[in-house]
Amino acid sequence: MSFFQLMGFGEGGWGAFMLMGALVTMALALCGFSIGACFGAFAAWAKISGNRFTRTIADIYTTVLRGIPDLLVIYLFYFGGSAFLTWLGRLFGSDGFIGLPGFLAGAMAIGITSGAQHTEVFRGAYRAVAKGEIEAAVACGMPRAMRFRRIVAPLVLRHALPGLGNVWQIVLKESALVSVTGVVELLRQSQVGAGSTRQPFDFYFAAAILYLCITTISSISFHTAEKRFNKGVRRS
Amino acid sequence: MDMQFFWESLVTLIPGIPLTLQLAFLSTFLGAFIALGLAMMRLSGIRPLDWFARGYLFVFRGSPLLVQLFLIYYGLSQFPAVRHSFAWTFLRDPYWCAIIALTLNTAAYASEVIRGGLLSVPHGQVEAARACGMSGFKLFRRIVLPLAIRQALPAYGTELILMVKATSLASIITIMEITGLAAKLVSETYRVIEVFVVAGAIYLAINFILTRIIMAFEYKLTPHLREPRITKVLALENESAGEIS
Repeated sequence: MSFFQLMGFGEGGWGAFMLMGALVTMALALCGFSIGACFGAFAAWAKISGNRFTRTIADIYTTVLRGIPDLLVIYLFYFGGSAFLTWLGRLFGSDGFIGLPGFLAGAMAIGITSGAQHTEVFRGAYRAVAKGEIEAAVACGMPRAMRFRRIVAPLVLRHALPGLGNVWQIVLKESALVSVTGVVELLRQSQVGAGSTRQPFDFYFAAAILYLCITTISSISFHTAEKRFNKGVRRS
Repeated sequence: MDMQFFWESLVTLIPGIPLTLQLAFLSTFLGAFIALGLAMMRLSGIRPLDWFARGYLFVFRGSPLLVQLFLIYYGLSQFPAVRHSFAWTFLRDPYWCAIIALTLNTAAYASEVIRGGLLSVPHGQVEAARACGMSGFKLFRRIVLPLAIRQALPAYGTELILMVKATSLASIITIMEITGLAAKLVSETYRVIEVFVVAGAIYLAINFILTRIIMAFEYKLTPHLREPRITKVLALENESAGEIS
């Protein structure tokens, strides 16, 4: 079969499956990115305004997670999570093996690794917030929570946007590694297709093109968002 | 905590270290040449070359390394022409496929690092070299490249660390480096957390040592940023003089 027949939507075409895989990839990346943003926000907070103890914890977190391969973290969460759940089940009297769903393990693993990158992005963005703006908010009599919600968070997000774009691209590519846990995302779907049709090049080529489409669309969206959120900034 | 088992896994995983380092260094070394070529294409000002380099960067930075690895290892074998050619001796071997994929991938990232380094060379330095009568390749070799390397070294160090981490993907195409050995040990013993923690600690140690080596290089290559030794001595003398009086 030719490439277009194989990737088409007609009979024997894998187009629909591949698009479905691309959707799962995006969902996985989105979950991982959101979890990572939560971890990153907490770790950045710990680094900026925590005491020595929390700062040390956050430093250890970012150093370790940036020093070990992502694949190892995914393995650790997938196999380790299942081992932990089985152990926990045994405590409550269950005998069988309890597996952690691959999607969950993958999203958690991606979240924790990307959290280390989020941390640095948020910390850098917080540094970039002008002191005068926070002082002005204090002068207006805003309490701490309101100050964070109205002034600090929007400004930090604005400064963090380019960095977040980079992290998103990394997360998207990292999500391909989750295929080792058997989650049928884009790469896993291509493996399945390649195995059953014996045309591996066509499938991996199609996967590469779909990944390129996703990264291109997201980089365009981030550029647009940057433009929009920087409307109020005077360019020199 | 079973220290005995930790020790045993460490002993099992250590033989994987040379292969991991070999994959990382060989592909970073080979990738550096392609990266230099790509960076010069982008700076050449010749449209087709610039476009080619941009296209290369777009493809290799926009898709996951694992897809590139699969495309080379599994994908190329689909074509009989490849299987009957000379290249098949390399493409049949997972080791060389991993080297090729890692090399092509790092070349894309490193070329941006090198381009930044080349752009940062001050114009005055080039002018001075021209005034001394250097031109063309000699100017590039003696003045531009050393300055660019010095400027690009910190970012290149980060790329080297990323490569060490990326070599773990080679385990997926059956290469027995650290991650491969760890996965094998897990499948034999079912003790997931201990084994992967040991493997992670080994990677962490490798990367820690690498960053120290890169920092030492950086220190050596930037004598102009260091305080001259004579002022340090004078400051010390002043201090001690102040203490006496």
